[in-house]
Amino acid sequence: MNEPFPYLSALILLPLAGSLVLMLLPRRQTLTIKAAALVLTIGEFILSLPLFFWFDERAVQMQFVEQREWFPEFGISYLVGIDGISMLLVLLTTLLTIVCVLCSWKAIETKIKEYYVSFLVLETAMIGALCSLDMVLFYIFWELMLIPMYLLIGVWGGPRRIYAAIKFFLFTMVGSVLMLLAIMVLYFHYAAETGVYTFNVFTLARASLPAVKQYWLFAAFALSFAIKVPMFPFHTWLPDAHTEAPTAGSVILAGVLLKMGVYGFLRFAIPLFPAAVVAATPLISWLAIIGIVYGAIMCIMQTDLKRLIAYSSVSHLGYVMLGIFAFNMQGLQGGLYQMLNHGISTGGLFLVVGMIYERRHTRMIADFGGLTTVMPRLAVFFMIITLSSIALPGTNGFVGEFLILLGAFRSNVTYGVLATTGVILGAVYMLWMFQRVMFGKITQEANRLLADLTKRETLILATIVLFVFLMGLYPGLFLRKMDASSAGYLKYVKARIAAMGAPAVQGPLGAP
Amino acid sequence: MLVKIPELAFGPILPELIITVSAMTALLLGAFGRRAIVGTIAGAVALVGSGLALLFTLSLWNAGAAVYNGLYTIDTFGTFFKALALIVAILVTLLSLRYVEREDIVKGEYYALTLFGVLGMMIMVSSTHFVTIFIGLEVMSIAIYVLCGMLSGNPRSAEASLKYFLLGAFATAFLLYGIALVYAATGLLDIREIADYIVSGRFQLTPLFMIGIAMLVVGFGFKTAAVPFHMWTPDVYEGAPTSITAFMATGIKAAAFGAFLRVFYTAFLPLLGAWSGMLWLIAVATMTIGNITALVQDDVKRMLAYSSIAHAGYILIAFVVGDLFSSVGILFYILVYTFMNIGAFTVVIILGQKGRQRTGIEHYAGLAGRHPLIAIAMTVFLLSLAGMPPLAGFMGKFYVLSAAIKAKYYWLAVIGVLNSVVAAYYYLRVVMYMYFREAAADAEPAGRPDFSPAYGVVIAVSVWALFHMGIFPRGFLLIAQRSVEIFM
Repeated sequence: MNEPFPYLSALILLPLAGSLVLMLLPRRQTLTIKAAALVLTIGEFILSLPLFFWFDERAVQMQFVEQREWFPEFGISYLVGIDGISMLLVLLTTLLTIVCVLCSWKAIETKIKEYYVSFLVLETAMIGALCSLDMVLFYIFWELMLIPMYLLIGVWGGPRRIYAAIKFFLFTMVGSVLMLLAIMVLYFHYAAETGVYTFNVFTLARASLPAVKQYWLFAAFALSFAIKVPMFPFHTWLPDAHTEAPTAGSVILAGVLLKMGVYGFLRFAIPLFPAAVVAATPLISWLAIIGIVYGAIMCIMQTDLKRLIAYSSVSHLGYVMLGIFAFNMQGLQGGLYQMLNHGISTGGLFLVVGMIYERRHTRMIADFGGLTTVMPRLAVFFMIITLSSIALPGTNGFVGEFLILLGAFRSNVTYGVLATTGVILGAVYMLWMFQRVMFGKITQEANRLLADLTKRETLILATIVLFVFLMGLYPGLFLRKMDASSAGYLKYVKARIAAMGAPAVQGPLGAP
Repeated sequence: MLVKIPELAFGPILPELIITVSAMTALLLGAFGRRAIVGTIAGAVALVGSGLALLFTLSLWNAGAAVYNGLYTIDTFGTFFKALALIVAILVTLLSLRYVEREDIVKGEYYALTLFGVLGMMIMVSSTHFVTIFIGLEVMSIAIYVLCGMLSGNPRSAEASLKYFLLGAFATAFLLYGIALVYAATGLLDIREIADYIVSGRFQLTPLFMIGIAMLVVGFGFKTAAVPFHMWTPDVYEGAPTSITAFMATGIKAAAFGAFLRVFYTAFLPLLGAWSGMLWLIAVATMTIGNITALVQDDVKRMLAYSSIAHAGYILIAFVVGDLFSSVGILFYILVYTFMNIGAFTVVIILGQKGRQRTGIEHYAGLAGRHPLIAIAMTVFLLSLAGMPPLAGFMGKFYVLSAAIKAKYYWLAVIGVLNSVVAAYYYLRVVMYMYFREAAADAEPAGRPDFSPAYGVVIAVSVWALFHMGIFPRGFLLIAQRSVEIFM
């Protein structure tokens, strides 16, 4: 029997190779470039399907693992693998990238080649970061995500794109360079302790760090990830970046890049520094709740559609963090599920806004009203996606939010009650927004002539709606894939905390 | 008294001899050759000479020897820096071929002085004897003083030359004074003997000796452009011909760090505690002041000058630590730094025109639309300077910072990374102009860039090197590790 096919390496390298091919294509043949990008991203998605179907859902350990020596003297290796936590995120990435290529088909008219090259490099970086189990490898992909996103916002973005791009870049970089130092401290600590030089995250997790050191290192990791999530009060770059980014940029930013922050907490910050996690859980839970409520209140006041959706992301990611830091099965699975949901629903909302924007060149809520009469097909899709964002039963959002709240109530009733207010506020701002844009009379003449969705646009939104219902009605299909990994993860984290001899476990972590 | 006449063995210094002969040839060509073809021939002589010297240098990789009564040393450390100086010489000669034609610089002398500069670099990194080190430093410096002023008819160039000469002379005096004080305290001029003396027990740490060390720091700090001895850098870098700026930013800095490292890690390592605090302060000041001043520059050439100050600061982070691991980081960083700077300065040269450097950042607006390949190359160099993976600049920072973390210099590392965030802002600002802005409507027509295949070679080599060292750094680090074995 030969070695198993290296799916993950292929997934990581295919977009990169594709971007090189794209670079060689002549600049003027825009249709060829777009078609090539579409074929590549669809091929990438097909290549990622085996991960879903051949995934052993009973196994706790990493799957599809590949390891190669890279720099043995330093203990840096090329080590990739996925479990139930990262597998679905990889699929979400490959799916959303197709959607992004499709929705940019007409919207991007300048520097088309560079645009798709950036997108493909971004895809490589995202999948690489999700699969890396070596911390240097992870950091390289993590930083590599910055450059294409910076270009996407800065070159193809809105009027204040330069400000938004630089703000995005610098915010993220401050966090990540401190994380780099924390990685090194951990590395040398482990080497001093055992004499083994390695950046393998599972090996490093065995280090016995004194509590104070854990606090500092966790703070550095948490800052980096909290900026990316973004958690209140590190969220200020997000509305700017979302508002100025082109539609596809917003979709991928909301859909995947924000999840990287949560994923970072799950994969790195929590298992590595258990004692610090125990100490920080109340703080992070409270920040998550503030994010939920604050994001929702900010949404109510927004006049710009994209800004509104951006703040709703702050609120939704607050739920995800709350669920994960509840440290029980419901909370964790709800958080994981909500990450996928948010990618689908919020991605869908950005797509709808982008489609309206392409027709009217404005995103101000006040400029619209009564669009249902001229764009009935869009109205249906928009309604379904809005309801899924509010978490109506039957849609995907309901499953995630319900599980998170269940988890939150089980860990701490106060958290649960406060987080639930966000649900009500969520319904308020989303429905009010929908009412102002879609219902009522047409107040502006320009809106009368708007064309309804084209076939391409219908296809894009139908894909999104398909997943809204698929994930809403058959959550088991996806939750099953996470079961073993999440249970194993919780067991592992709790065992780590116990082994640390951490200060008497209080609060949520002590709950049965 | 018996004077021992050293054997005349030319084998070990064959590379230096080749460079000397090439330099003389170029000089004679300048005096007697026909004007029209001098540039081409002298350039070819410089290229062939440096290439041959590089081959012979590499062939001496395993030949450890002290020759001429210990005045000259052939070891891996020296070979590393000599090879680097010769690579710089080849790249700078390549990018000068077209540039000196365009700016109408006196060609024979230009190549001769460049080669003498390289000769000085080679000498100063291959000796453990203070006198030889000093001679090498002077040979290098005097050649560069002249080269800075070679843009005839340009007052900024003349100013650069004079400024560099006057301040450089002071700095050299400091260095010499430092050597004299160390000699006064120990009676020795060979740094290995000084090291033995220091650990021997007869040694006492006197103020005289400490002042000597401080003077040496001033002298080397000047050549490496460390704060507060950096004042000359922006003006000289800006006024000098751009090819020479590239030469100074890479070759001189590398050679000066080479000698600095050899002297301090050989002779004064037992006294690490006595001088590392001083260098800690200099490292922090160099990074911070270099970066913050670079933030407000609207001239790309001047910005690169300040950035080169900041990079000296990053190198000093590892210098402070004082172990083998950190010296590997220093060597690797210098290697990486050479390629990204040569690349960036080449782009600056390409965008200039005769008599007008066109280095203002506004000239970079919309470059991605006009010349996408040049813009991509410049982006690679700038991102590498900013330390973004997977480029070599990241790996360089990675090893320098891990040296600091390993030795528990946490604050130094934190200041270093925060500085790299500041630096990212001004590097990205150029990227922003190239990609996000269009050239102003009233701007003068940009004209065709002054392109020649030789520039293309330099850029291609640099881009390749940055990707290669960024993704597969292992081989280069092992070379650096071999090179610093002399400090064990």
